[in-house]
Amino acid sequence: MGERATRMIDRDPTPATPKLAVRDLTVRRPQASGGTIVAAAGVTFDVAVGEFVCLLGPSGCGKTSILNVLAGLDPPSAGQALLDGRPIEGPGPDRAVLFQEPALFPWLSVRANVELALELLGASPEARRSETARRLEQVGLGAFADAQPHELSAGMRQRAALARALAADPAVVLGDEPFGALDAQARELLQNEVQRAWMESEGRTTFLFVTHNVREAVLLADRVLVMSAAPGRLVEEFRIHAQRPRDLDDVLVTRVVSEIHELLMLEVFEMGEKTSDSDA
Amino acid sequence: MRRALAEIGPPLVGIAAVVIVWAVVAASTDTTAIPSPAAVWDAFVVGVRDGDLVAAALRTLIRLLFSFVIAVSLGVSLGLALALNEFARRAIRPLVVALQITPFVAWVPLAVLWFGVTERAVVFVAIVGSFPAMTLATLQAIRQVPPLYERAGRTLGARGWTLYRRIVFPAAMPGVMAGLQQAWGFAWKALMAGELIVATAGATGLGHLLDRQSNDPAAVLATLAVIVVLGVAADYLLFGQLDRRIRGRRGLLPES
Repeated sequence: MGERATRMIDRDPTPATPKLAVRDLTVRRPQASGGTIVAAAGVTFDVAVGEFVCLLGPSGCGKTSILNVLAGLDPPSAGQALLDGRPIEGPGPDRAVLFQEPALFPWLSVRANVELALELLGASPEARRSETARRLEQVGLGAFADAQPHELSAGMRQRAALARALAADPAVVLGDEPFGALDAQARELLQNEVQRAWMESEGRTTFLFVTHNVREAVLLADRVLVMSAAPGRLVEEFRIHAQRPRDLDDVLVTRVVSEIHELLMLEVFEMGEKTSDSDA
Repeated sequence: MRRALAEIGPPLVGIAAVVIVWAVVAASTDTTAIPSPAAVWDAFVVGVRDGDLVAAALRTLIRLLFSFVIAVSLGVSLGLALALNEFARRAIRPLVVALQITPFVAWVPLAVLWFGVTERAVVFVAIVGSFPAMTLATLQAIRQVPPLYERAGRTLGARGWTLYRRIVFPAAMPGVMAGLQQAWGFAWKALMAGELIVATAGATGLGHLLDRQSNDPAAVLATLAVIVVLGVAADYLLFGQLDRRIRGRRGLLPES
């Protein structure tokens, strides 16, 4: 991570300004019992424009907390979270979020869910209709536009959520383990959709996903940032050079996965997370 | 047809059982205080033929609708305001709870003191008897909206009033519906109490009718039956169906 160490934060976004930047970020979370726990402690990293970065770490390491700060949903406890070099002050449609659960609105049809995202941007009714149809077609849900979310499978719901997230053509897509609750098949399908969405954006859209799944991180990311168990700190960084589109069976992918496993299983994942990585 | 039968079959059995027990009790006792089902039916037919019962039911329903609309508007607005503002919630919610647990009959003397023996006194009792339930249900429904929906809405760019109108309020609808149903029941009961006690000269209404019939048990029971049937019909046909639709769309109904 030496390449950004010497650069100061620019005021105006130039091509050199990272899309997302986290500076010495600490996130404390209030507990139901009244105290607070330190979810992430002094984390610093950049995500360049158009880069796909995965934040990898065991449960409770604060990766979701960091993502929420970048989404503008929670304030940082200390340190900074920057978008185009400016402090993040709140959520916005420029940063789409894929939540662990699909977060579709159950009172709206799949179509209306996607259209709502466009309506909130001020899109015209015709633009809403055509864009929604296109996005749903893209994720293979064209025939399910009029279904209610509860009528879809978990995988289809998450694909609809992806269509909704991409509809606003966001500059940043933040993923909070969006594949976590899916079965292996649905997960692979969605991973491919995400991979394709990133490739189709041709370097315009920046992706930051958090996951505790090594294979998933290697499959998707240009760069994998590995965090330690709570309180989370960055401990390692891996660049993945494999060609895209990638496949879980690619030799390079498999090799990097086992490399990361070897390096990290003992020191980082000793909190009992080993089993959850073998199910992808 | 089969579906409809399956739907109304069980309640019909329940009603039939009550009528049978009632007929047996009425036949085996001597007092006029327990009229037989047949006598009540006759009283009902007479009431309908005279037009008394119909006119009274109509007047009562208009009063009820009027009170209900005001109570719901008041309750929803206040519930929303309390959900939005923590200070207001902590200041006002206990007062609304106090109103809620006050028996509505207790409002009648005060209503008469304030409004005299008038229509307005009756309507006042119905409103004050039902709007607290609506307020508390709305507040509760909004506070129980899963934070995920609000967060998702905010990341999609919904803010301020738009967030409430498009995300929070629709998400709270099932709870608001439950409040509507409850407020309807309370308004109905409070209105009956008000009409029964506030007997304005020449006023018509089912409650007034009950008051005037107090020496004719069969007529009282006939009127009571009309009150019950109207209340249940509205609850079932209006709110029951609306509630089913709202829940069905969200996948909150058990598969049938």
